Amino acid sequence: MSDQRIRFYQTGTFTVGNRLLDLGKRTVQSSTERANALTSGHRACQGCGEALGARYVLDAAMRATDRDLIAVNATGCLEVFTTPSPETAWQLPWLHSLFGNAAAVATGVAAAMRVKGKATRVIAQGGDGGTTDIGFGCLSGMFERDDDVLYVCYDNEGYMNTGVQRSSATPPTARTATTPAVGAERGNPFGTGKSLPLLAMAHRLPYVATATVADLHDLEAKVTRAMSVHGARYLHVLVPCPLGWGHPTDETIMLARLATECGLFPVFEAVGGELAASTPIRRRVPVEAYLRRQRRFAHLFDGAEPDPRLARLSALAEDNIRRFRLAAPEANP
Amino acid sequence: MKLPFAITLDPGSSRHNHTGSWRTQRPIYVDRLPPCNATCPAGENIQAWLYHAETGDYRAAWETLVADNPLPAIMGRACYHTCESACNRARLDEAVGIHAVERFLGDLAIREGWPLPAPAPASGKRVLVVGAGPSGLSAAYHLARLGHEVVVRDAMPRAGGMMRYGIPRYRLPREVVDAEIARIAAMGVRFELGERVGDLPGAMAAGGFAACFAAIGAHLAKRVDIPAPDATRILDAIGLLRQVEQGEDAPLLGRRVVVYGGGNTALDVARTARRMGAADAVIVYRRTQAQMPAHEEELREALEEGVEMRWLSTVKEMGAGDITIEKMRLDEAGKPVPTGEHETIAGDMLVLALGQAVDLTPLREVPGVAFTPDGTVAVGDDLMTGHPGLFCGGDMVPAERTITVAVGHGKKAARHIDAWLRGATHQPTPEPAPATFERLNPWYYSDAERVVQPQLELARRQGTFEEVHGGLDESNALFEARRCMSCGNCFECDNCFGVCPDNAVVKLGPGRRFRIDLDFCKGCGLCAKECPCGAIDMIAEEI
Repeated sequence: MSDQRIRFYQTGTFTVGNRLLDLGKRTVQSSTERANALTSGHRACQGCGEALGARYVLDAAMRATDRDLIAVNATGCLEVFTTPSPETAWQLPWLHSLFGNAAAVATGVAAAMRVKGKATRVIAQGGDGGTTDIGFGCLSGMFERDDDVLYVCYDNEGYMNTGVQRSSATPPTARTATTPAVGAERGNPFGTGKSLPLLAMAHRLPYVATATVADLHDLEAKVTRAMSVHGARYLHVLVPCPLGWGHPTDETIMLARLATECGLFPVFEAVGGELAASTPIRRRVPVEAYLRRQRRFAHLFDGAEPDPRLARLSALAEDNIRRFRLAAPEANP
Repeated sequence: MKLPFAITLDPGSSRHNHTGSWRTQRPIYVDRLPPCNATCPAGENIQAWLYHAETGDYRAAWETLVADNPLPAIMGRACYHTCESACNRARLDEAVGIHAVERFLGDLAIREGWPLPAPAPASGKRVLVVGAGPSGLSAAYHLARLGHEVVVRDAMPRAGGMMRYGIPRYRLPREVVDAEIARIAAMGVRFELGERVGDLPGAMAAGGFAACFAAIGAHLAKRVDIPAPDATRILDAIGLLRQVEQGEDAPLLGRRVVVYGGGNTALDVARTARRMGAADAVIVYRRTQAQMPAHEEELREALEEGVEMRWLSTVKEMGAGDITIEKMRLDEAGKPVPTGEHETIAGDMLVLALGQAVDLTPLREVPGVAFTPDGTVAVGDDLMTGHPGLFCGGDMVPAERTITVAVGHGKKAARHIDAWLRGATHQPTPEPAPATFERLNPWYYSDAERVVQPQLELARRQGTFEEVHGGLDESNALFEARRCMSCGNCFECDNCFGVCPDNAVVKLGPGRRFRIDLDFCKGCGLCAKECPCGAIDMIAEEI
């Protein structure tokens, strides 16, 4: 019995804290000393995944940098709900300029810090609209110049703040204000959109990673790792949006979990443009388990027959599982 | 305030904006009743003592345990652990090995010599306990804790009741029984052994006892008439086990022992016979395996030890060296009916294990005491008989006859006796709502198999009375304790504190749990949804 692997604690490493774990193994979020870089009183919707994701990322980065950190923000929900003048929910130096130029401004801030001889680190952040669409030119420039910035995209798969319009991160079949559930192909058509993590990898960045608000340990480890490297880095965090996705406010984390467990959102790390590690799926679920809980996909389930596009979404998940090696370790050949 | 270049306005904090006003529902922390606690006949707070054991604070765990049950080392061995059948973890991988951890704590306490809690200041009241079995011992302990002077009388020369004279040593070593009884005696409980109490009211009056708890058990073997050339070859199970325990005049068992009955006692006798050198031990039972009242685990171990089973059979007649059995079949209602088909099996001794009855003689003449049609003592919810001040519990009242039920009766009776002595009525605290599996968020619990207690090698088991089950050592007891999911009771995993998008959960520090900051809580419900153990409810705000 002595050789039994103790791979179990009452709550494993899946909970935020746990009094049984060594302090070093608990998350930043479990500590009363966390920076709360994004504090209470902000005007995000109830159950906002982005507010949660931003605090997770910035608190971890604050710890990794001894709180010597500046954040640059693109326009988007995150900027609007945190800084209605004259109030701010940010408890770190924070800068906002335009929708499309966060990466460029961050480049400038990093350069200024270097000129001033400061070790202050820089994070640029935005939603998927400000990252994959409007800010992509500036971002690609920041990537190819290898500027010393961690760019974090909080991906809620659409322009939620302006009324839920489609972005290039909106998944196929999702209903938005600009891709209504009408016509021959209801919702966002297949064959559109782009994967920014893959584009970042194509720039051969020293570090690219994806994460979700459902796996805090993983997210914090990735932020910490990203802050331990210099140069242009990219982190893509899936943050469910109760308003835009049409789900109950208490299911934000559950949906992020289901998105990874069904294979539609791959969680991985890439170094120098190569896939370096993936988080295997722990309990595989069919894509329906994820889609059915969201009103933006309701039109897939309103017919008597199963919508044939479900099979195509399933195939996307399969493709992710193969490409990003998401199958559980024992199932991997 | 001097503002930097190009800055014209001092930034205010968003904390001025009390988003709590958006809320239509609010989270509240609750403590629910975990299924283990709900089913424990001894009323143990299992989740609470496991909570302490998880941190390695075994002393605190044991003290929490003995607040309800003074016999953990015995209970960890002889209880049929209904808690584990109810354990929510069984729906995830396997039930937590509660009995194994309990036994570990019990053994550790004996090894370390931990004393039971000190009694309350003396009440000046004397209480007589008749019967030093699990129920009487439990009552004596709880009464002593409440400050009463307790005298325990028992007809047998040593205390323990069925734990000593009924359960074989290989299941319950006597050093364990002795140690846990000695600890109760050390609290000041007086034991008067070898004294049969014939007249309960008389004994109460003579000793100045204000109340009495009688738990004399069920020691009369039920018999059936079976024609036999030599009646000495037919024994009763409970008498046989008692004789084996007393050692001196242990019966000479035959080579081929046939046991008639299907309860745990039948298995105990068959396994004992194997240990005493019987070449064959056959159990004849009139129903099927599925209907057998004995516990599955006991049956499995008996089969492993070579005990043979004859299902759907009754004993008709005993010959010189053989026994005639009749085959039965089940009718539509599932009742066994004779088929008329007979079979002769080898057997030179027949042991009847057909259940036990209560010897009601000491209570027959007591004014006010009533009896049930099936030969037990009628008691109220407070375990008091119709005779004021006389309480009964254990095997002699209508209930399931297990050690754990008996211990539970002892505790319950002690509380009612205490209230009765003060001229009050004991009001049990209302039970919280159950902590069901559906309320858990099992994602947060990782998978692990249950640690199996090492079992004695089969060969050693058949010939000796050494204990069959080994105990856990510290590392795997800790491991097992940590498998507890803490159903319905906060274990401070920090999930609520972490998942709140509004920083509206306040962490109060170790052991003090959390508080909701209603100034900022928007009522999204994420904390409740992501609570692993279901210790947060969302309730509607009054608007």
